[in-house]
Amino acid sequence: MVNNPLGAIERKQPTPTGDVGVVRFENVGLRYGLGPEVLRDLSFNIGPHSFQFLTGPSGAGKTSLLRLLYLSLKPTRGLITLFGHDVATLSKDALTTLRRRVGIVFQDFRLLDHMTTYENVSLPLRVLGKDEATYRDEVVELLRWVGLGERLMALPPVLSGGEKQRAAIARAVIARPQLLLADEPTGNVDPVLARRLVRLFAELNKSGTAVVIATHDIGLMDLFDARRLVLHEGRMHIYE
Amino acid sequence: MVTPKMRVQAVPARSPADTLPKTATPIVPADSIAGQALVAVIAIMAFLAAVTLGAVVLVRGAAGEWQAAVAREVTIQVLPTQGRDLDADLKRAADLAVATPGVDNVRVYSKTESERLLEPWLGSGLALDDLPVPRLVVVRISADAQPNLNALRKALANEVAGATLDDHRGWIDRMRGMARTSVICGIVVLLLVLAATMLSVAFATRGAMASNRPVIEVLHVIGARDGYIAGQFQRHFLWLGLKGGAIGGIAAMVLFFLAGSFGEWFKGTAGEQQVAALFGSFAIGIVGYAAILVLVGVIAGVTAGTSRLTVFHTLGMIE
Repeated sequence: MVNNPLGAIERKQPTPTGDVGVVRFENVGLRYGLGPEVLRDLSFNIGPHSFQFLTGPSGAGKTSLLRLLYLSLKPTRGLITLFGHDVATLSKDALTTLRRRVGIVFQDFRLLDHMTTYENVSLPLRVLGKDEATYRDEVVELLRWVGLGERLMALPPVLSGGEKQRAAIARAVIARPQLLLADEPTGNVDPVLARRLVRLFAELNKSGTAVVIATHDIGLMDLFDARRLVLHEGRMHIYE
Repeated sequence: MVTPKMRVQAVPARSPADTLPKTATPIVPADSIAGQALVAVIAIMAFLAAVTLGAVVLVRGAAGEWQAAVAREVTIQVLPTQGRDLDADLKRAADLAVATPGVDNVRVYSKTESERLLEPWLGSGLALDDLPVPRLVVVRISADAQPNLNALRKALANEVAGATLDDHRGWIDRMRGMARTSVICGIVVLLLVLAATMLSVAFATRGAMASNRPVIEVLHVIGARDGYIAGQFQRHFLWLGLKGGAIGGIAAMVLFFLAGSFGEWFKGTAGEQQVAALFGSFAIGIVGYAAILVLVGVIAGVTAGTSRLTVFHTLGMIE
């Protein structure tokens, strides 16, 4: 990776959210079909520029909570406010607009295997309808930042786990989201790379992005002094 | 003097961005869609639709020609009656016809000509002298004229025994009915073929969406609107529709071209008149070929539109 990893994105700060929080949950509950509630009475805020770990044992509901955060699921009850908007009252188009302000790193990366690393990372900008010439240098710079400057034309199947992870992170941040969600981003890499990746998230956070990292790696969390949202049996306990 | 050192030119440093290809990979991979099978289905549908359309054009054109030709001609048939001079009766009938306003010309078929008309049924070389072969007077009507045929019919009945006037109205009505029925049948077949094409495309789109579900999910979470996602599929299906439509349409055009040439083979044969009488000509003309080209465009458009609607519908169900 290059020495100044934020060189690629520091020049353009995310739009300030002012006093409006990034995320607000009030008594949110979620159940799948007629099953039991997997998330119960969740009430918390995620402020602008904040950094937090979301943790809990397997099956505690971390991924479900992340899906609520990136608007892939609707809550069974309660109120979710994203960037000051009640998501239950928004149209489909408005939800899509909000989704563009959220970056997501999936546990399984979800890179498109038929597209090159460069194309995967630039996909959010392509979807916005931007001309490729306007973002080409920016994407290349970002890929060099995450250490993939020599892998621009590589297809995901030939990338290592760490390279895929970094490509997925680059894709999540290329459109400069105001909220970055990462689901077990260190689950597929060795401890050294895991620490490097979390440091990378911390650097992103310093540049203005609110970050939520879902992980059950206690050792990793101990390395960074950050807020912890702990899910246990569908309920949340917050450790500031 | 040029030294070897001076010949060395500075090579500009290439940035990684320079190595990137200028064309973007399609977001929905082409090989993830059952393209070949769908092209084959669309080609068959387009062929059937184009043949139907060509047949409709052919029938309409032939019916129009028949009607125009038949309506411009009436026939007076004079039966030989014992004790009467047939030639005098024919002359009187022809005189009455000529005197009718709107009649262009009158031609009395000779005895030999009248007997030749029976040859297709009775064969040649027969002695027909003993048979009461009716004689014909063919009356050509001027273009756009509407002579009073009832008055002529009445005059013939009064003055020429055994003379009848046939204005072919029954034939014209039957032909008009047949042409209308053929056109309606053709339109129904066209609609059925288009419906079958739409269903095939809808199934293929659903299959393509199922195999591209990971792509759709990624597009969805990174903020792609439904229209953008639908556009990725629509582009492929438009191309498949154009390909299939063009294959089927061109095959139909070749068929009509060959059929048009086939009519030429009958020239100078006994079947020529019958083929010409039945179909006029197999040639569908510029209008027919243009209609098939429009049909190819319609099929491509229907294919793309159906896939777009299917994607919207399926995305709506996923939400």
